[in-house]
Amino acid sequence: MSEPVDNAKRFTKTPSVVRKERNEKIAQFVFLSMTLAMVLPLVLIVGFLVFKAWPSLSLDFIFDMPRNGMREGGIWPAFLGTLYLVIISLMIAAPIGVMAAVYLNEYAKDNWLTRTINLAVINLAGVPSIVHALFGLGAFVYAAKMGTSIIAASLTLAVMTLPVIIASTKEALSAVPMSFRQASWNMGVSRWQTIWRIVLPNSISGILTGIILQVSRAAGETAPIMFTGAVISVNIAKDQLFAYGLTDECMALAMHLYTISTQIPNVPESLQFAIAVALLGVVLLVNALSISLRVYLRTHRKW
Amino acid sequence: MTEQNPYAIITEDLDLWYGDFQALEKVSLNLRGGIITGLIGPSGCGKTTFLRCLNRVNERYGNVRTEGTINLLGKNIYDPDVSLIELRKSVGMVFQRPNPLPISVYENVVFGLRIHSPRSELKRSLLDEAVEQALREVMLWDDLKDNLKQKATELQLEQQQKLCIARLLPLKPDIILMDEPCSALDVEATAAVEELMLTLAGKYTIVIVTHNMAQARRISDECIFMLLGEIIEHDRTEQLFLAPKNPKTSDYIEGRYG
Repeated sequence: MSEPVDNAKRFTKTPSVVRKERNEKIAQFVFLSMTLAMVLPLVLIVGFLVFKAWPSLSLDFIFDMPRNGMREGGIWPAFLGTLYLVIISLMIAAPIGVMAAVYLNEYAKDNWLTRTINLAVINLAGVPSIVHALFGLGAFVYAAKMGTSIIAASLTLAVMTLPVIIASTKEALSAVPMSFRQASWNMGVSRWQTIWRIVLPNSISGILTGIILQVSRAAGETAPIMFTGAVISVNIAKDQLFAYGLTDECMALAMHLYTISTQIPNVPESLQFAIAVALLGVVLLVNALSISLRVYLRTHRKW
Repeated sequence: MTEQNPYAIITEDLDLWYGDFQALEKVSLNLRGGIITGLIGPSGCGKTTFLRCLNRVNERYGNVRTEGTINLLGKNIYDPDVSLIELRKSVGMVFQRPNPLPISVYENVVFGLRIHSPRSELKRSLLDEAVEQALREVMLWDDLKDNLKQKATELQLEQQQKLCIARLLPLKPDIILMDEPCSALDVEATAAVEELMLTLAGKYTIVIVTHNMAQARRISDECIFMLLGEIIEHDRTEQLFLAPKNPKTSDYIEGRYG
């Protein structure tokens, strides 16, 4: 400090501080605008869809059969088909995925086999859905002789969602503090009792979040069901929740949207958008169910 | 404890490897029952590893190999007919950071009972009695008797640590292992937990690992000094601190290293 310091100027802003403060403001603004940039399209998309679909939207639209070569009427067979596919595939994938993840996270020793399995899970999660579709076609439709059917399509979707469910469940399990397990083990509590009483209750919301995210994927994918179970049109009994059997072919919303938009001329525009809104609605419906289950489990955590 | 055999824990030539690293070397010890034995030594000298051997919970941490024998209360715990569940019921452990389970105080105390008793024996009155007895024993009953439904993770740290001791008691343990039980606590809480340990000694055999030499001196009856996986000295606490036989011990006690 060779220069004399003016005491009145002590602790006041220097040009470098001014620059830092400006950068700070810019950084905050940039991050905020990126957050908005994510929300805005969502609002716009949903708003645009609903606006365009408005003329066709009604409760009847969902519960009615398609008419006049699918140019009029409702989407009941496709709506019900998508519900079937999502629910059945999750009923297959969720238990298997959660149990596999419990094994990998709680029991498996850290050796080459475990590492190979983990690597395989991550890689499987990145396989494109059309590849799963071909696998499902070969394995379930032909080799297992299921034919194109709801069960074959659901199994294909289950195979597709399984790795992601395993990965997200493992993540949720490893977030449970090790000290809880230690406390339990040191009281002579077995691994399984520790998992059931301590680890699972404390990771259930994370596990369900992972599963919920797969709902939208299962509902939205067209490729895996195109060859394995979904067809352009079927006739089913109206107003019946259990109109499909496991071995039936079915319609599905994603597939229906594709068909309506590309294969059939002179379809009123609002019909396509209404199908898109219904597809969104199904995803939201299943998500809402899972979220309420999650809230319920969190408040009544006594099993 | 019978008169003929005053030792609760006898280890002979205990070796332990984590992979290729030998963490314990020829540990042969005789620990008296019903007293507090302190384990001191610099970080990484194998104190905690030794402690974890005593209820074989080490084996949960993977890639651990042990040789030698550990005899608890007259039984070699490496015998093939030893059940780890029964062993750990009788040899409980308390940790550095209090780790109550994220459930109510009441459920924490009866957690072990619920796991280990047949359902038909789990009468409400029996559980209530076990909770009161355990909490009285750790001097928490008066503080918590009206808040048994409170979540245990919301208690003060001192209460949490006492609760961690209390939840071992309904299982009627013989030995309580403590791994630096006061290092997360402030001065007053440390004093309270130490007082508790002194009241529990006699009824239980307590082995405590501590970094705090003053604490070892205050509460232990016998003390063991470890260095690099080996036992350097084991003596009555006054003897070890006032007239250590080994120069390594005296250097450590005087703070020349560690």
